[in-house]
Amino acid sequence: MNTSNHSPGSDSPEPASAAYVQIRGLRTVLGGKLLFDGVDLDIPRGKITAIMGPSGTGKTTLVRHITGQLAADAGQILVDGRNVPELSRRQLFELREGIGYLFQNSALLTDFSVFENVAFPLRQHLRLPEEIVRNIVLTRLQAVGLRGAAQLMPAELSGGMMRRVALARAMIRDPGLMIYDEPFVGLDPIALNQVLKLIRTLNDTLGITSILVAHEFAAVRRAADLVYLIAGGKIAAHGHPQELAERDSPWTRQFFGGEADGPVPFEYPARDYALDLGFPAAAA
Amino acid sequence: MSRRSLTGDALAQVGAAGLFLFSILAAIPKSLRHFRETLRQIWFVGAMSLVIIMTCGLFVGMVLSLQLYYTLAKFGGTAALGTVVALSLFRELGPVVTALLFAGRAGTSMTAEIGLMRATDQLSAMEMMAVDPLAYVVAPRFIAGVIAMPLLACVFNALGILGAHAVGVSWLGLDNGTFWGNMSANVEVWSDLVNGVWKSTVFGAVIALIATFQGYTTPPTSEGVAYATTRTVVSSSIVVLAIDFVMTAFLM
Ligand SMILES: Nc1ncnc2c1ncn2[C@@H]1O[C@H](COP(=O)(O)OP(=O)(O)O)[C@@H](O)[C@H]1O
Ligand SMILES: [Mg+2]
Repeated sequence: MNTSNHSPGSDSPEPASAAYVQIRGLRTVLGGKLLFDGVDLDIPRGKITAIMGPSGTGKTTLVRHITGQLAADAGQILVDGRNVPELSRRQLFELREGIGYLFQNSALLTDFSVFENVAFPLRQHLRLPEEIVRNIVLTRLQAVGLRGAAQLMPAELSGGMMRRVALARAMIRDPGLMIYDEPFVGLDPIALNQVLKLIRTLNDTLGITSILVAHEFAAVRRAADLVYLIAGGKIAAHGHPQELAERDSPWTRQFFGGEADGPVPFEYPARDYALDLGFPAAAA
Repeated sequence: MSRRSLTGDALAQVGAAGLFLFSILAAIPKSLRHFRETLRQIWFVGAMSLVIIMTCGLFVGMVLSLQLYYTLAKFGGTAALGTVVALSLFRELGPVVTALLFAGRAGTSMTAEIGLMRATDQLSAMEMMAVDPLAYVVAPRFIAGVIAMPLLACVFNALGILGAHAVGVSWLGLDNGTFWGNMSANVEVWSDLVNGVWKSTVFGAVIALIATFQGYTTPPTSEGVAYATTRTVVSSSIVVLAIDFVMTAFLM
């Protein structure tokens, strides 16, 4: 694995040709909060890149920028050479046909069975004979271990099963870029391992590029080639997971070492504690 | 909130709904690719409202017949009962009452469905699968509203006439031939019947627009969906009655 371009402190990321996604000077203010303050990052082709960070730092927002679901206030977002903020709606749809996106909450269509959910992108964009649709869908369901659940409705599934159906749906059209938003949340250890292996296998056998948004370092460590840690509106650290785990900085110590307090405050910003409890004198 | 900002909010909503209408109209050609979805929505919206429309049509016709018989009897004009009932129904009560019932039954369910799809990221999921939710979800429901409303209003009218006949002829003893004869001599197909159908088509468009707009723009929470559903009924009812007055004044 080539991580030399992401050595600690390296300001110049990889050349454009090697990066599937290239972000420069990203600035975002949402709900009066500065989420990104000049973020630069590169997602190398054919690799799994993890985006990590405490919850609420804007990981989901970042992938929403990358897929053009949400406009940033400033910055350049190149995906496969196309600048996302400048694309028309039609061009965006073209771009998205090559992207598989796993939503944090699965987002299955509640009106459709598991089978029809997975078949949905095929039916909408390609005119395929029913038999071929069936074969493709059942193969993908088999890969996530849910071929037997093909006729169930989403309401009959557990959270982990929904996630796997959504995964089968996201990869149904063999995308060049897969984005997984928190794929491990709420999975039992068996399902987690299965999903982890699937992400790795998909990436290695099909040669696709993956963005893995997660906060479970143990899992990320086993799958990712490269990790970006976002905190405080900036890239706090980036590099190979192993290397990050060993690095000695307050950010990484707290995030990867599991220390409760550090640069990321455990407490939400609040008024003076004494004042809140009704002791005005103590506040003075 | 100050009164001025309330008015401002309302105006902003009207403006946003107007823009939304343009995006729906623009999405209609693309939605023809999902024609089966449109048919499904017409069937769904129509079937859902049919029982309530039929029941209410019958009762409205019956009570109309009672009241108008009493009034006409004062002038010795009970022979005109069929005509008066038919004109009231075709020109006014059919379109308006059907619209109000439709808003409560089909409109709310459109808002809740789309709102829930928004709250559970299903609309975003479609966008990410390069499927335009305006063409796949919103436009078919809008078309369904425009097509189903006039049909439902006709059903309402038909049952209203039957109810009026039951009360006027079978109960109050008016002559059967007089009831139908007077009616068919005085009701004009074009100016009276089509006038009402035209009205109810507009009502269908307005209700479907409000219902889909409220669902599409709801805050993605269960509370947001609940409020959006209520707003659909309140806004549709007010707008339908206001437009009814304007259209009646112009179509007279
Ligand atoms: N549409 C929005 N409007 C206002 N604030 C938002 C919006 N979307 C997200 N946020 C806020 O942005 C922050 C980052 O959200 P998100 O990207 O979901 O974080 P993460 O995925 O890292 O947990 C949160 O504080 C959230 O409340
Ligand atoms: Mg998130």
